[in-house]
Amino acid sequence: MRVMAQMAMVMNLDKCIGCHTCSVTCKQTWTNRSGTEYVWFNNVETRPGEGYPRRYEDQERWRGGWRLDRRGRLTLRSGGRLRKLLTIFANPRLPSLADYYEPWTYDYAALTDAPLQEHAPVARPRSLVSGEPMKISWSANWDDDLGGSPGLEERDVVLRQVSEKVRLEFEKTFMFYLPRICEHCLNPSCAASCPSGAIYKRTEDGIVLVDQDRCRGWRMCITGCPYKKVYFNHRTGKAEKCTFCFPRVEVGLPTVCAETCVGRLRYIGLMLYDADKVLRAASAPKETDLYEAQLEVFLDPHDPAVVAAAERAGIPPDWIEAARRSPVHALISTYRLALPLHPEYRTLPMVWYIPPLSPVVDAVRDTGEDAEDSGNLFAAIEALRIPVDYLARLFTAGDPAPVDAVLRRLAAMRSYMRDINLGREPDERIPAEVGMTGEQMREMFRLLALAKYDERYVIPPAHAEQAHRLDELATECSLDRDGGPGMGGWGPFGETSGGAAPVAVENFHMLRQRQTADRPAGPSETRGRVNLLNWDGRGRPPGLFPPRRDGAGPGGTASRAGSGAAETEHRS
Amino acid sequence: MISVVIGQVRRLADAAEGGRAGVEDVLLWAVLPYVAIAVFVLGHYWRYRYDKFGWTTRSSQLHENRLLRIGSPLFHFGVLIVLLGHVGGLLVPNAWTEAAGISEHAYHVAAVTLGTAAGLCTLTGLAILIYRRRTVGPVFSATTRNDKLMYAVLTLVVVLGLAATVAANLAGGGYDYRETVSPWFRSVFLLRPDPDLMADVPILFRLHALSAMLLLGIWPFTRLVHMLTAPIGYLTRPYIVYRSRDARLGARAPRRGWERIP
Repeated sequence: MRVMAQMAMVMNLDKCIGCHTCSVTCKQTWTNRSGTEYVWFNNVETRPGEGYPRRYEDQERWRGGWRLDRRGRLTLRSGGRLRKLLTIFANPRLPSLADYYEPWTYDYAALTDAPLQEHAPVARPRSLVSGEPMKISWSANWDDDLGGSPGLEERDVVLRQVSEKVRLEFEKTFMFYLPRICEHCLNPSCAASCPSGAIYKRTEDGIVLVDQDRCRGWRMCITGCPYKKVYFNHRTGKAEKCTFCFPRVEVGLPTVCAETCVGRLRYIGLMLYDADKVLRAASAPKETDLYEAQLEVFLDPHDPAVVAAAERAGIPPDWIEAARRSPVHALISTYRLALPLHPEYRTLPMVWYIPPLSPVVDAVRDTGEDAEDSGNLFAAIEALRIPVDYLARLFTAGDPAPVDAVLRRLAAMRSYMRDINLGREPDERIPAEVGMTGEQMREMFRLLALAKYDERYVIPPAHAEQAHRLDELATECSLDRDGGPGMGGWGPFGETSGGAAPVAVENFHMLRQRQTADRPAGPSETRGRVNLLNWDGRGRPPGLFPPRRDGAGPGGTASRAGSGAAETEHRS
Repeated sequence: MISVVIGQVRRLADAAEGGRAGVEDVLLWAVLPYVAIAVFVLGHYWRYRYDKFGWTTRSSQLHENRLLRIGSPLFHFGVLIVLLGHVGGLLVPNAWTEAAGISEHAYHVAAVTLGTAAGLCTLTGLAILIYRRRTVGPVFSATTRNDKLMYAVLTLVVVLGLAATVAANLAGGGYDYRETVSPWFRSVFLLRPDPDLMADVPILFRLHALSAMLLLGIWPFTRLVHMLTAPIGYLTRPYIVYRSRDARLGARAPRRGWERIP
């Protein structure tokens, strides 16, 4: 047994209202730079729907993830090492920008600069890539809320896999939201695809990161990732991906997407797993066995043998304690409510989902029956094969049994708790029907409905005894190193020269530069056009505001920005 | 060290007086190669030390795939064969191939055929790539001045090389560069540069060699650096790379007196 710890996330899809707050805050934090305009480390898809990038689940086309070869051994679907090197000059399976979308902004200046005319002036869209006027035809969530639109049954990859009857009826049935981030897989195919070895999995917390200094832009990771969650920064020529907000997680804070989630549907915690079992689990012969196989990789942090092995593996006691309290462990292993997204890709993903019961509840309510009666709900789950089959295609490689069991537990909890809330005697037969006790059911309800911040996010800070050696802890000034850059700015040869700077230092400089700069971030050659997503509210991007008439000019703003800078420096 | 250099300079000065090579020949064929090599090596060291982040292919496949899918493999595989041909032609002496039983004529025919074919592939691929770079809007706007310079020099080198081969074989029934250019090339690396050898070489070959030295000189400062990190190690490394957070601690040197005790 080789115990390793993995930072993992569970999302409760019943609670997602599709507000995209996670996407926007994530974008403002990580990808509000030029070169990453089209990149959403976190995106929210409407299912049924095409997803982002379009039809990313079509692995016949994109060849992401792993498959078993004829001898039953695990191989990359896009081909082995030699094949990768031979196709390195033109990756045959790389999504083009059109498969994501062409990012754009608007000619805002036209709104204010236009002379008096009969018709109202129009801010025309312009491509942020080429700078040319463009026709907007697609974006990251273009099919938002269009779950049942005609023609979709042809474009949704998952919908095509379920039966004909389901496809014909799907528009009457359901729609839900699927927020997606990088899965931080136990068996990441992006890392396996990287020719340079720049993508690595951190041994401490399992977060998968791209070493920006080692990435050479060979683009194989983008093909390798079946979830298409590695992106190519077209300005720096490097791959970028969700970082699980590691600078925040290291100090015990949840990721930005979780922190800002309006529905409070995200849970973050540790999972202990046996690294020796990963390969065997990923090589399970039948795709429908992969969910169970992955469950067997996880270890029970309450088991003394596991604790002893974890201690031998150097996992600190506070981390083992956090693993015991982990809401993710409870939802995945104890209650078996959460399911992995597309286990058939064989990457052993570590962002799991509680499938939504709401389509079923809504369907029952529409018939006029009592939607919270357990008998009605159980019958409906059985009768409404459509959502179950679709969900099974998403979460269990098509096996409806685990999805059915999860939905039954959720339905039972609804009925059981309703009796309690209405002051009636709780019916202990309801939890018994799904193999639980009333006590377990109340605890499960507590975790799903009431859990506060510190119960939803059980994130042990990176080892306290290493605090001084961590990048992000501000226990000492990160700038005062011998011969370091001091407060003077960058190294001798421009922005990224002079070796790796700690992230905190980089962020500090970047923030200060942006806050004191007269011009906004982003390509300056597209004069008169502002990417509002890149604009942080500082400075006066040309074209956003009309020119001043009172003669103060940009000088007034500059002096304000200057005083802001002084404040910043004073505070630091 | 210094005395060796002085000795070399004396020897070259004598050669300039005694041999056929003039001062400019000495500069071009005995000094410039070392300048180019020095810039190439030190430039890469500097770039790797100070600009690891900029060390990338700067691929534009995201913007355009149709032309790239043809042009890029054509160019890259072509240029790899051309490179192998140069290694064979410049580093392997006549005597070795003759000892192996390959006649001069057979060698020449094989080299010219293969070299011309590979050279044409390279040039075609390069033409497609440059056409793509100019005509596809997003790709062109992602092109820096540095890229333009690099493309110009690279094209010059390829065109001159191909022209030298084709011209020599069409006009004069072939030129045996293995009697002159190759020994000169080896003499540079043996640290006994012999500019005399280059004195009577046809002008196209000389221009090709000079442009190649220019390319070597700008190489470390362009996107061409990606060649030196060709991911050969991928064939042998384990699929999943695990790295400890501790590995990054070297990013910040501990303060004096606070170094870790191993």
